[in-house]
Amino acid sequence: MRQVAIYGKGGIGKSTTTQNLTAGLGEMGKNIMIVGCDPKADSTRLVLGGLAQKSVLDTLREEGEEVELENIMKRGVFGIKCVESGGPEPGVGCAGRGIITSINMLEQLGAYTPDLDYVFYDVLGDVVCGGFAMPIREGKAQEIYIVASGEMMALYAANNICKGVQKYAATGGTRLGGIICNSRKVDGEKELLEAFAKELGSQLIYFVPRDNMVQRAEINRKTVIDFDPTAAQADAYRGLAKAIDENDLFVVPKPMPQDRLEAILMEHGILDV
Amino acid sequence: MKSKIDKVVEQYPASVFKNRKEHILLKNNETPEPQTITANTRTIPGIITNRGCCYAGCKGVVLGPLRDAVVLTHGPIGCGFYTWGTRRNKGKTRGDEQNYLNYCFSTDLQEGDIVFGGEKKLRKAVTEIVEIFKPKTIMICSTCPVGLIGDDINAVANWATKEYGVKTLAFSCEGYKGVSQSGGHHIANNGLIKHIIGTGDKVVGKYSLNILGEYNIGGDGWELERILKKIGYEIVSMMTGDGTVEDLKSAHKADLNVIQCHRSINYIGEMLHTKYGMNWIKVNFIGVKSTIKSLRDIAKYFDDPDLTERTEQVIAEEISDISEQMEAYKKLCQGKTAALFVGGSRAHHYQHLLRDLGIETVLAGYEFAHRDDYEGREVIPTIKEDGDSKNIESIEVEPDPEHFKVTLSKERYEKLKEEISLNYYAGMMKDMADGSIVVDDLNHYETEELLKILKPDVFCSGIKDKYIAHKAGIFSKQLHSYDYSGPYAGFRGSVNFARDITMGMTTPSWKFVTPPWKTEPLLEGSYVGR
Repeated sequence: MRQVAIYGKGGIGKSTTTQNLTAGLGEMGKNIMIVGCDPKADSTRLVLGGLAQKSVLDTLREEGEEVELENIMKRGVFGIKCVESGGPEPGVGCAGRGIITSINMLEQLGAYTPDLDYVFYDVLGDVVCGGFAMPIREGKAQEIYIVASGEMMALYAANNICKGVQKYAATGGTRLGGIICNSRKVDGEKELLEAFAKELGSQLIYFVPRDNMVQRAEINRKTVIDFDPTAAQADAYRGLAKAIDENDLFVVPKPMPQDRLEAILMEHGILDV
Repeated sequence: MKSKIDKVVEQYPASVFKNRKEHILLKNNETPEPQTITANTRTIPGIITNRGCCYAGCKGVVLGPLRDAVVLTHGPIGCGFYTWGTRRNKGKTRGDEQNYLNYCFSTDLQEGDIVFGGEKKLRKAVTEIVEIFKPKTIMICSTCPVGLIGDDINAVANWATKEYGVKTLAFSCEGYKGVSQSGGHHIANNGLIKHIIGTGDKVVGKYSLNILGEYNIGGDGWELERILKKIGYEIVSMMTGDGTVEDLKSAHKADLNVIQCHRSINYIGEMLHTKYGMNWIKVNFIGVKSTIKSLRDIAKYFDDPDLTERTEQVIAEEISDISEQMEAYKKLCQGKTAALFVGGSRAHHYQHLLRDLGIETVLAGYEFAHRDDYEGREVIPTIKEDGDSKNIESIEVEPDPEHFKVTLSKERYEKLKEEISLNYYAGMMKDMADGSIVVDDLNHYETEELLKILKPDVFCSGIKDKYIAHKAGIFSKQLHSYDYSGPYAGFRGSVNFARDITMGMTTPSWKFVTPPWKTEPLLEGSYVGR
């Protein structure tokens, strides 16, 4: 069982990428579970076709209720198992603690069955506190992919996430598998990300081009492969799935100091705009 | 002695040594400048400290003793449960008034409340309290997790005050704030000044006092009350031992504040001085001679011949009641030595009572005091604020246009200042003998080592280190809870204390601490010859 965590700046397209990627792996016949680690509980909408489900923490909230795995786990397209951690409404409580509680509860409930080929954790935004690092702590997710684009803030965030990964790599054995580019059509984007990934000691594992097909599928609550298997973008996600399935480069990332990061940005295109 | 102390701290790693040596000093009366000590700073991680937390200082010490307020702990159950009655602050119900001292109120936060926020449960708890107990005042005290998840307890308090018409106050006294329980005292003081004191209009009589920083542990406050009332004083409020919010409301109407525990309540003393022009004097009702001095100081403040005469009369009566017993105990105690590690005032106060019994204090230290409690208030302007102390809310008050009054003329004020501790505390160190040791934030290692070096006859501290001393064959007396005894304050209290420590020191148990096989051969035999 490969446990994979997807991180990246907020709004970069982690949930979209994760679901389209898992659809690609699902089409290949892999047995997959997605654990949404976002209090908004919207990490599995495309795979489930918009089906609302009870989050793990919802069950915790309702005291005394019998907690059964089937209440919180739903199967979506390609048989992908979907779980949402859930969490508090904005501004109250502790979402980080929620993720810790929720992952512990999933383990107690026996959600991690040996027949799973992949478990994906789709984690909210930056690693803001210990709770959001839960999927890479205590030897849970062994592989991390960071979704980024050529935009400066996305790279800042990615570099910052690498600091968290570096910290837990020492204790939990987690490794960076690569950077996934979710293109924003920034000038020289591919070269920039390749250079950035190389500096981290990692790789640009795949470049996902920008295509409105993704939005169309999203509006229809579907992944691209499910919505239009013949679309060019469907092949792009199949390519990402294949790249991750065949990936064998796992490293402890070397996050760079601010000035070095800025130097790379200068070098690759931004000045030419 | 200096070299012996050096040896204790030299065992530390370099950085710890550098820190701890500033917290320990050998009293030297010959230094050209007064000696200074470092206090109220972070305890080094890994050192077992006796200190409490901010919540302990706010809920446990200052707010907890108020009889007529429901003090609600917002947090997991442990914080509420372990501060339930453990401080032995006593309180008697008067008439049909409300008394909640025997209860423990907690929101009992569970994991789900931490994740989703605890405000809902807090509102529910307040609602239940209102429905079941119908109190006039509710005080909400935060614990650590509440601060981390950011429950808005102030909003809940405002809501409850409006919704139910019950005065509800919020105290953000999360345990992790500050370096010790001292921060919690300050937070509680601020809340009482902001929301309680000054809201009442009880008519008070002649010679009226507030007793500040007396928590009625083992009934100490009652003994003070007995003596002061006998002389003819009116006690407007006791802060906060066996005290009530009802009394506190009118505290600003009293003539004078007398401060027993300077550390935990000097903020209120000072703020009442600024806001209402009320003066405070530092008293010490622990010990016979110091009780007499305190009573005379209070009488001097009022400067009334009748009151002075009555004071002397009561002193004479009280002394004649106890002198025979005190003399008897003194015979057994004379020449013994004591080490004290307690509080932010008691390590000073008890030196006087011990001296009455002929016991010399060879070591004294505070858990949570600041430099002024060691060196005197004159050093306050020189205390450098650090991140930890700035983190504790400090409020400024202004003279109250309606109630501010000038009670003493300038000349009289200056004259009195020379005679008594008027708006001033001289600190502990000036009272200590040359060659005695002062230690701030003593830890278990230093306790063991210093007890070995000093071999005092009694070690006065708390439950956390009591049995370390006992295992070393030294009698230990808890000065937090009084080991279920008391009162120890005032005249009658002195006798109780003298009895308890004489008993403890003279018990034959101590000679059995060293087992016979350590000193005598285990095998016996005789030579039988060939």
